[in-house]
Amino acid sequence: MTLKIQIKERRVNYFFFSVATISIASLFMIMMFLFIEGLPIFTKVSVKDFVFGKLWYPTSEPPDFGIFPLIIGSLGVTIFSALMSIPLGVMTAIYLAEIARPGIREVVKPLVELLASLPSVVIGFFGMVVVAPFLQEVFDIPTGLNLCNASLMLAFMSVPTICSISEDAIFSVQKNLKEASLALGATQWETIIRVILPASISGIAAAIILGMSRAIGETMVVLMVAGGAAMIPGSIFDPVRPLPANIAAEMAEAPFGGDHYHALFATGIILFLLTISFNLIADHISHKYRQSGEASL
Amino acid sequence: MDSPIKMSTINLDFYYGKFQALQHISLDFARNQVTALIGPSGCGKSTFLRCLNRMNDLILIGRVEGKILLDNEDIYASNVDVVSLRSRIGMVFQKPNPFPKTIFENAAYGLRIKGIKNKNTLSEHVENSLKQSALWNEVKDRLNESALGLSGGQQQRLCIARALAVEPEVLLMDEPCSALDPIATQKIEELIQELKANYTIITVTHNMQQAARISDTTAFFYMGKLIETGNTDIIFTRPRYKETEDYITGRFG
Amino acid sequence: MKAKIQHKNLRKIIQQAMFFIFRMAAAINGICLLLITTFIVSNGWHAINWTFLTQPPMDSMTKGGILPCIVGTFCLGLGAIAFSLPIGVSSAIYLNEYAATGKVLRMIRFGINNLAGIPSVVFGLFGLAFFVIWMKIGVSLLAGILTLGIMTLPVIIGTTEEALKAVPNSYREASFGLGATKSQTIFRVVLPAALPGILTGGILGISRAAGETAPIMFTAAVFFTPDLPSSIFDEIMALPYHIYVLATAGTEIEATRHLQYGTALVLITLVLGMNLISIIYRSWLRRKMI
Repeated sequence: MTLKIQIKERRVNYFFFSVATISIASLFMIMMFLFIEGLPIFTKVSVKDFVFGKLWYPTSEPPDFGIFPLIIGSLGVTIFSALMSIPLGVMTAIYLAEIARPGIREVVKPLVELLASLPSVVIGFFGMVVVAPFLQEVFDIPTGLNLCNASLMLAFMSVPTICSISEDAIFSVQKNLKEASLALGATQWETIIRVILPASISGIAAAIILGMSRAIGETMVVLMVAGGAAMIPGSIFDPVRPLPANIAAEMAEAPFGGDHYHALFATGIILFLLTISFNLIADHISHKYRQSGEASL
Repeated sequence: MDSPIKMSTINLDFYYGKFQALQHISLDFARNQVTALIGPSGCGKSTFLRCLNRMNDLILIGRVEGKILLDNEDIYASNVDVVSLRSRIGMVFQKPNPFPKTIFENAAYGLRIKGIKNKNTLSEHVENSLKQSALWNEVKDRLNESALGLSGGQQQRLCIARALAVEPEVLLMDEPCSALDPIATQKIEELIQELKANYTIITVTHNMQQAARISDTTAFFYMGKLIETGNTDIIFTRPRYKETEDYITGRFG
Repeated sequence: MKAKIQHKNLRKIIQQAMFFIFRMAAAINGICLLLITTFIVSNGWHAINWTFLTQPPMDSMTKGGILPCIVGTFCLGLGAIAFSLPIGVSSAIYLNEYAATGKVLRMIRFGINNLAGIPSVVFGLFGLAFFVIWMKIGVSLLAGILTLGIMTLPVIIGTTEEALKAVPNSYREASFGLGATKSQTIFRVVLPAALPGILTGGILGISRAAGETAPIMFTAAVFFTPDLPSSIFDEIMALPYHIYVLATAGTEIEATRHLQYGTALVLITLVLGMNLISIIYRSWLRRKMI
C-alpha cells in the first residue's frame, strides 16, 4: 500500500474516532453545566439542609430550599410503580421469549414497542382526564392527582424497558441448557423456573434497575398527575411533587442567576446522580454476573 | 422374559418444512447393547437420535412420520406424555452443558423436578449416579461448588451422571466426546462400556475408531438414509456396500 | 404408582395455570395500548377538521387550530435528526468497524449508555444553561434541535450498530480480498448494505424527538406564537407542549378539552405512525434477508 493511501486511511480513522467521542463529551458537558449552575446554591444552604430540609418555599422571604419531600416523592412513585411494572414486565418478557408461538410473538412484541413509544405527555394527559376522576370516585378522595395515579402511569412507561431488556437476557440463555433440562423430563414451566430464570437473573435485575431509573427520571407524567404538593406523603392517595416535576414546573418562573434558579439546577444534580448510580449498578450487575459461557477443557 | 429389542424405529421419516431429512429408517436397538450411529456430517444421524426422545418436537417446522417403539409402544402415540417419556430416555449432548448451579444440584435436578424433596434420598441418588459416571472420587469433597469450575471432561461426566440419576432405560449420546481431549474421551468410553450392563445406549459419533471400540452394533447413515447396519466387527471388516466401505476407510469426499 | 400419576398431573396443571397468568400479563400490555389509543381517537376525531390543521390558535387558544404546533414539531424532529444522524452513524461506524476492544472503547460505550439514561428534564436544564444562555442562542428552534439531537444520539448509535452488525463479514472480506481499503469497504459495501437499518433508526429518532416535552420546555417552545417560524432563531410552538399547556395552564381547561384531544390525536398519529412504519419495514427487511 502506498504511503498516500495509508495517510488517508489514518485520517478517516481519526475522523470517526473524534466523532465517536462527542457522546462522552456531551455527557461531560451536561455534568459540568449542571454543577456550574447548581453548586452556587450551596453557598446559601448547606448540602445537608438542602437534601434533608423538609420545607420547599423557594419564593418566600427568606426562602426555604429543602428538597427532602421531593426526594421522598420521587422514591415513592418509583417504588410503587415498580411494584406493578416488575411483575408485568418480567412476565411479559418470559411470555415473549419462551411461551408465545412465533406468530403471536411477531404481533405482541411490536405492541410493547409501540407502548414504549407513546409520548409521555399523552400518558400524563390520559392520567389526568381518565384515571384521576376514576380514582377520585372509586376511593372517595379529594383529588385523583396523587402518588397512586402517578405510579400507575409510570408503570406504563417502565414496563416496555423492563420487558425488552429482560427478554434479551432470557433469549440469550444458551439453548443447550434448555435442552438438557427438557431431556431430563422437566416440563417447559419447570425448565423456565429452574434453569432459564436463574441463568438470566443478572440481566433481568439490570432490566429492573434500568426500568426504575426511567421511572425516576420521567418528567411529564409526574408533572401532570402527581398533584404537585411539596410535602411528605402520608398515604398513597396524597399528592406528591417528585424532583423532575419540581424542576419542570418552576424553571420558567425562576429568574436567571437567582438562588431559585441555582436551587433548581442543584435539584437536577441530585436527579442526575440518582439516575447515574442506577445505571452504574445495572451496568455492574450485568457485567459481573454474566454467565461465563461454554465450559473450557 | 423381556424381548431382546428395547427400542426400534419403523419406516421413520423426518421433514424440516419441505426438506426430507430422514427417509424410511427402520432400525432395532438391542437391550443392554451399545449401538453407534455413524456417517458423514449432515447425513441425518443426529436428527435421527433427536427423534428418539422427541427432542425434535421443539422444531416448529419439523414433522415425523412412521413409528418409534419403546418396549413395543409407539412413543408418538397421542396418549404419550413427552415429559415422562424423556425421563425414560436420557440424553447426553455434544458439548457439556451443566447448569450454572452446584455439582450436587446438577445431579439432583431430574429428581427434584420429579418431586423428590427428601435430602437423604437425593444424596443417595446423587452419590450413586456420580459413582456410576466415575466422577464421585474427583468431586465428593466439593459437591457444593459450581459445576462450571470442572474441566470439560468432568463436566461431561457430570452431565452423564445427571442423566443417569433419573434412572432412564435408554441413554442417547450425541457425539459425547467431540469437545473433549483424548484422556477425557478415554474415560467416557470406558464408562460407556460399564454402563451398558444397565442401560441401552445409542450414540452418535464421527470417530470411526471410537465406534469400533465401544459399540456392539453399528448403523451407517448417508444422505438421510440408513445404508447398512449390523454387528460392529462385521461392518468394519466386511461391509456389504461400497458407500460404507468408502466412508470407513476414509475415502469419502 | 397412584401418587406418581397425581404428581405428574399436578405438574401439568401448574404449567397450564402459570402459562395462563403469563399470557394475561402480556395481554395487559396490549390492552393498555388499545385503551389509551382508542380513548384519544374516539374523543379526538371530532376536533379534527381542515381549520384545526391549517389555522393558528385563536381567542387566547380556546378556538382555532394547531398549525404552528404541527410545523414546530416537524421542524424539531427533522432538525434533531439532521444533527444526530451524521454524528450517530459515524460514532457507530467507529465502534463497530474501527475500535479495538480496550479502555477507549469502554469509555465511549460508558458515555453512550449513561447519556441514554439521563432524564429528559436534565437535558432541558443543560440546553437552557449551555445553548440558550451560555452560547446566547436564546429560546429558539435551534436550541431545541441541539438539545433533542444530543438526546437522540444513543438511539441512533444503537440502531446503526445493530444494522452494521447484521452485514455479513463475508462482504467485508470479499471487498478486502479485491484490494479495497478499509474506508472504501465501509463506504461502498458496508454502509449501503446497512442503509435500510440505519433509516429505520432515523425514523425512530424523529418520533422520539417529536414526542418529547421536557427538553424543549425551557429551550425552544413557548406558550403561544401566532407566526410560523421563519428562521432557526425563532421561538416555536410544539404539539406535546401545547397539550401540556392546554391541559394544565390554559385559560379554560374544560372548555378546550376537545382541542386537547385533537392535539393528542395528531401527536400520537404522528409518533405511532412513524414507529409502525419502522416496525413493519424492519420485519419486512428481516424476512427478505432470510
